[in-house]
Amino acid sequence: MNSVETVLVAMLAGALRVSTPFLFVSLGECLTERAGRINLGNEGVLVLGAMVAYATSYLTGNPWLGVLAAAGAGAALGGLHGLVCALTRVNDVAMGIAILLAGNGIAFFFGKPFVQPSAPGLPGIPFGGWSSVPQVQSALTVSPLFLVGVATAFGMAWMFRAARLGLRLRIVGDSADAARALGLNINRTRLLATMAGSGLAGVGGAFLSLVYPGSWNESLSSGQGLMAVALVVFARWNPVGCLGASMLFGAAGALGPSLQAVGVTSYYYLFYAAPFVLTLAVLVATVRPGRAVRGMPGELSIAR
Amino acid sequence: MTAVGVEAVGIGKRFGAFAALSGIDMRVRPGTVHGLLGENGAGKSTLVKCLMGYYRADEGSFLVDGREAAISRPADADALGLGMVYQHFTLVPSMTVAENLVIARGQVPAVINWARERAALDEFMGRMPFPVPLDATVGTLSAGERQKTEILKQLYLQRRLLVLDEPTSVLTPQEAEEMLAVMQGLAHGGTATVVIITHKLPDVMRFTDEVTVLRRGRLAGRGATAGLSRSDLTSMMIGEPHAPARPERRGGAEAAIRLAVRRLRTTGGVGQHGLDIASLDVRAHEIVGVAGVSGNGQKELLEVLGGQRPFEGAVTVGGIPYAATRRQSQALHVRVIPEEPLRNGCVPGMSVVDNLNLRLFDQNDGGGSRRWLDAGGMRRRAARMIAGYGIRAASIDAPISVLSGGNVQRCVLARELDGDVALLIVANPCFGLDVKAVAEVRARLMAARNAGCAILLISEDLDEILELADRVVVMRSGRIVHETPAAGADPHAIGAHMLDAHAATPAPALA
Repeated sequence: MNSVETVLVAMLAGALRVSTPFLFVSLGECLTERAGRINLGNEGVLVLGAMVAYATSYLTGNPWLGVLAAAGAGAALGGLHGLVCALTRVNDVAMGIAILLAGNGIAFFFGKPFVQPSAPGLPGIPFGGWSSVPQVQSALTVSPLFLVGVATAFGMAWMFRAARLGLRLRIVGDSADAARALGLNINRTRLLATMAGSGLAGVGGAFLSLVYPGSWNESLSSGQGLMAVALVVFARWNPVGCLGASMLFGAAGALGPSLQAVGVTSYYYLFYAAPFVLTLAVLVATVRPGRAVRGMPGELSIAR
Repeated sequence: MTAVGVEAVGIGKRFGAFAALSGIDMRVRPGTVHGLLGENGAGKSTLVKCLMGYYRADEGSFLVDGREAAISRPADADALGLGMVYQHFTLVPSMTVAENLVIARGQVPAVINWARERAALDEFMGRMPFPVPLDATVGTLSAGERQKTEILKQLYLQRRLLVLDEPTSVLTPQEAEEMLAVMQGLAHGGTATVVIITHKLPDVMRFTDEVTVLRRGRLAGRGATAGLSRSDLTSMMIGEPHAPARPERRGGAEAAIRLAVRRLRTTGGVGQHGLDIASLDVRAHEIVGVAGVSGNGQKELLEVLGGQRPFEGAVTVGGIPYAATRRQSQALHVRVIPEEPLRNGCVPGMSVVDNLNLRLFDQNDGGGSRRWLDAGGMRRRAARMIAGYGIRAASIDAPISVLSGGNVQRCVLARELDGDVALLIVANPCFGLDVKAVAEVRARLMAARNAGCAILLISEDLDEILELADRVVVMRSGRIVHETPAAGADPHAIGAHMLDAHAATPAPALA
């Protein structure tokens, strides 16, 4: 393999692997925001999910139980956010930051004993058997969680279009007046959407500790949860767009390390910033001045 | 006949110490068009919200079809077949018409079979008197089309009684008449009883069978429309036998052009194609009214003249290029009264005094700028405006947001009309004000015109334009498509231009 191929294969691996936590958190955030609520706390949920998944997998020996436990822990923390935000005059951005800090704190407090031991991870599914190149085989070893995420993205898009639940969720997120006129329970819908969204974010955390990088420590997340919130804007609140944005972000994130691997060592930090530069560039290119962001749910606190 | 009758018996509703309604009786017979009249704040909306289950009446009861009906939630009204078309629309802007209709049904299957729903919707649309594109996103529809969609939604839900809250306020005269005639047909055909909340007396006289009039939360009168005259209705509504006199127009436009707009173009806004105005003039001693269906460039024009939107072309005031900076507007004496004055023309959290001084707080009375504010001078200036414009405020140091809508508009008028005014730009100045405040605002504008001010009046209310303006221009899709002197102008011809120039055929004679 020449260097260009090495870099491309590494970016493919990034798109399939590094993207997964972004995918789950952005899908969760997409669901929450389409119901009209912002949850910046999903960064904290991600970290808590990673810890709970790792601890559960270590204690039970079953990584899938870890994934479930992470989803449950995420839904619980999201439920707290949803309940508090349903009170009048609670700002969901400020509350989200409190949830972020709480999630990190709880995870670090209960996660201390699990930094050392090694828990069973989730095995990948090899799709690269046709190739004799080990890098390609490794890149195409896809985690089942990624496949779950892809299915969730398309399922969510279908739900927003053709399921009663999805349409009701969009009404609550886009026009509280219309929702009230239809007799929909706004607070309950938002609470459930926030819980489900945080459950997804928790699964994203499980991917971090059980698949890649596949261990638990306090510096496991480097702000992926917050970046995923930005990706939702980037994806214009479209679940399939979240999938695309996450994979693009994952591929760009692999650019720095892979260039280093083939011997390009200058501008090291610059290449590591590639995903952020890319996101910024696409946002600038697609946003028109003087106009609200297309696709933004009308009930978001930052839209009103 | 599916239409039902509704009766309100002794309805009372209090909000804290304030009695919004007391002892209201209303009888709406099945298969009729019923007018519910009253000024703003008379309690019309409160009464129908009680009927629709949004509020719970403290006293009294409702009879539907002669039987007592317990209505405590919107779902109860739904189940009885009572539906309401709101002034503020309840459609979801980001959804298509089809999605809005289907989701509004009480019983929606968990998974929507769009192929089957589409066929049913196409069949339903075919039976309706006016079509609306099913695949259009509601946010992109004009106000008139949205109104039609609201009404279609109620018919799709097979309502037996429809309440329409100010249904014609956003429609052109043609659309309004067409819509009211359709509603009349529905009622007299026995499909649905119709209650129309309105204060437009011509509509009431032409299209309703019976009326109920409220004043300050009490029943002020009711009866068959045929037996009542306009002045009867007016006196029931405002407690005075005569409608406020129209302000007198004195003197004609001068030759000198005050505001000149030439080859104005913008990118963006009005859909995508932007404004494209070849020429627009306003002279001293003249009010030019800009008519148009909302969303045809009025907002963009206001933004250009207010310096909030970049443009190509020339805007001059008294021959001097004008870009709406604070310095220019002070030097050239240009003033602006935006729509929704509390939001766009005031700082809601600042006091009445501060808001009245927003134009002049950094200037001495004799001109010249100042750095330190003159608290005493500001209070004196505010007191003068409050006395001159009859502003009622509990305290001049209270935030302006606690004032009533009429008093906020008086404050903005006082501030903007204070001193020398060469050019005044006004947008929808009477939106949401009661009859007396409307008359006062219009008289102030006419007085400013008579004193030599040039006024550009952008309004969605054609009656207001025809009452005030010397000249009318019509905007459609960002262009000026028609111009006519206001005296003797035919509202139907103007309405035709508001909709589409190709439809500008002679309007049918009115009955």
